[in-house]
Amino acid sequence: MDIFLQQILNGLVLGSVYALVALGYTMVYGILGLINFAHGEVVMVGALTALSVTRALMAANLGLPAPLIALMALLVAIVVCMTLGFTIERIAYRPLRRAPRLAPLITAIGVSILLQTLAMLIWGRRYHTVPPIFPPTPHAIAGATITNVQILIIVVSALIMAGLLMLVHFTKLGRAMRATAENPTVAGLMGVNINRIISATFIIGSALAAVAGVLVSTNYGIAHYYMGFILGLKAFTAAVLGGIGNLGGAMLGGLLLGLIESLGAGYIGDLTGGFLGSHYQDVFAFLVLILVLVFRPTGLLGERVSERA
Amino acid sequence: MKAAWLTGLARLQHDPRGKWMGMVLAAIVLALLPFALEASVGRTWVRIIDLALLYVMLALGLNIVVGFAGLLDLGYIAFYAVGAYVYALLASPHFGIHLPWWTLLPIGAVIAAFFGVVLGAPTLRLRGDYLAIVTLGFGEIIRIFLTNLNAPINITNGPQGVNMIDPIAIDGLSFAKVNTLVGVPFPGTHLYYYLFLLLAALVIFVCIRLEDSRIGRAWAAIREDEIAAQAMGINTRNVKLLAFAMGASFGGIAGGLFSSLQGFVSPESFALWESITVLCMVVLGGMGHVAGVVLGAILLATLPELLRHTAGPVQQELFGKVILDPESLRMLLFGLALILVMLLRPAGLWPSPTRRRELTSARAPGTV
Repeated sequence: MDIFLQQILNGLVLGSVYALVALGYTMVYGILGLINFAHGEVVMVGALTALSVTRALMAANLGLPAPLIALMALLVAIVVCMTLGFTIERIAYRPLRRAPRLAPLITAIGVSILLQTLAMLIWGRRYHTVPPIFPPTPHAIAGATITNVQILIIVVSALIMAGLLMLVHFTKLGRAMRATAENPTVAGLMGVNINRIISATFIIGSALAAVAGVLVSTNYGIAHYYMGFILGLKAFTAAVLGGIGNLGGAMLGGLLLGLIESLGAGYIGDLTGGFLGSHYQDVFAFLVLILVLVFRPTGLLGERVSERA
Repeated sequence: MKAAWLTGLARLQHDPRGKWMGMVLAAIVLALLPFALEASVGRTWVRIIDLALLYVMLALGLNIVVGFAGLLDLGYIAFYAVGAYVYALLASPHFGIHLPWWTLLPIGAVIAAFFGVVLGAPTLRLRGDYLAIVTLGFGEIIRIFLTNLNAPINITNGPQGVNMIDPIAIDGLSFAKVNTLVGVPFPGTHLYYYLFLLLAALVIFVCIRLEDSRIGRAWAAIREDEIAAQAMGINTRNVKLLAFAMGASFGGIAGGLFSSLQGFVSPESFALWESITVLCMVVLGGMGHVAGVVLGAILLATLPELLRHTAGPVQQELFGKVILDPESLRMLLFGLALILVMLLRPAGLWPSPTRRRELTSARAPGTV
């Protein structure tokens, strides 16, 4: 049973990160109907920026306490990613708002390639080891182990997601965001400054991406310029699984995908009598996605949207 | 400046005498191209053009699904992979089977089409981006199976891939070596070029004929409004499946040709990035417009190679040293080009006339 519990815990940690990134995809999709392909790269930039700041602060030897260094690195990463998200939307998406629907997808791919290459030039091709600010100390829970870093990841993600839900449901900005998602034209007529709301959406999504980047690189202890692509892909899958455009769906989808992956990796060998090994975990995740979409074509929590004319 | 010769070309097309002259001229230029390239920039470039022709076939196949029928497919490279592996497994020492190429290309096309239907059937109800992510997942699943199907039974030889694939041979004339025909030595790359050119021309012809056929119109109707199409009596299920199957079969043929050209296939060649590249060719060229898609495919297949070969020397010339390594510079410029072209020409470099009319006149928000 402890293996089962262990896989559940691993899945929750992985899933929280997916959920944070998936929220960025789903918020943009809800408002613009656009797959922000460059979002994964924002996660990568967040992780690598935080890494550089941490290294610089540790090298400066100011005698700062470890949590303060971590906090400062996180804040710098968040600010950098917010600026990046704002700029991406301004340059690559805003001019194309009335263009054919696939045009912004191509610019998004262009931005993605550009960011990846720039990151490679700045940080190099190698894998960076993240300085151990919090040395992982394992805790035993009913036969399974969880490190303090993993607990931190789950708690931080839960807090941030709760904060985001509060923002979207109880503030003026949140109401404007929901109105824009519902119908941009009418929201504009009601006095909502649509461009500002869209910028705000990108900025918030990028801040979440920065946090996710820092968390995931702390968890695995490594970061490199290519990490954003596959993470972004998984998170986007999670967002679709939950029903894209739906905040609760992104969270649910992220957690579910994390659980499916880690349980799949742990049990797929036993289930198929050793025929398929754990390297089929991605197949497993995508198969679940396809099955869910076959029976619920709009995702788990997605509403049935009317056909676009 | 480009527009000037394009309109010139268009005017030539309307004059019947000019049309024939233009076609003969184009045929001569295309026939001499590999020799001219080899003489001026080396044989690598003939090979690059060979690959560009494969991309033309791939992009046209994807164009049927995305451009004609309006179904966003992010896993298209899977069909290319299927075609390539069918050829590789049935014409190599791996299983000791050596079927001739002219049986393998149709077999590859049929199997790829079958996979197209397998993908299409469960996803008929999905729309837009949901379909995109499922096709993406399908592409990844195929790649993961190709990578891992070497145990417990070795089918695909795993990450190492399949080696020593038979080259194409016509009447005992192998494309792997230099053949002397009518006194002129033809290297293998040149022979592949002619074969690929012929097949690409065939694919272009089929696409142009399809576009205005009954099926093509049905695809366009589904793309514009599925419910209205259904109300007009179009069997949307069959027509969509047909789009998937036809697009996939083109990919399968291109895959088989790729296997024979390279003599080696591995799962690495069929990563998600390849699907995205082919999609970029379709959208950048002008989705739904055959000529535009051909242009997009040739540009995106050759430009990165051109940059790869010139980026280093040009920097050496300008700054006296290589500041950015050519590979990074190539990717930077590629990314920038994608963004700039889309910002300046949102409908693609050479959109179809109807699409351009729709864009310039007032259009309803939310249309594809």
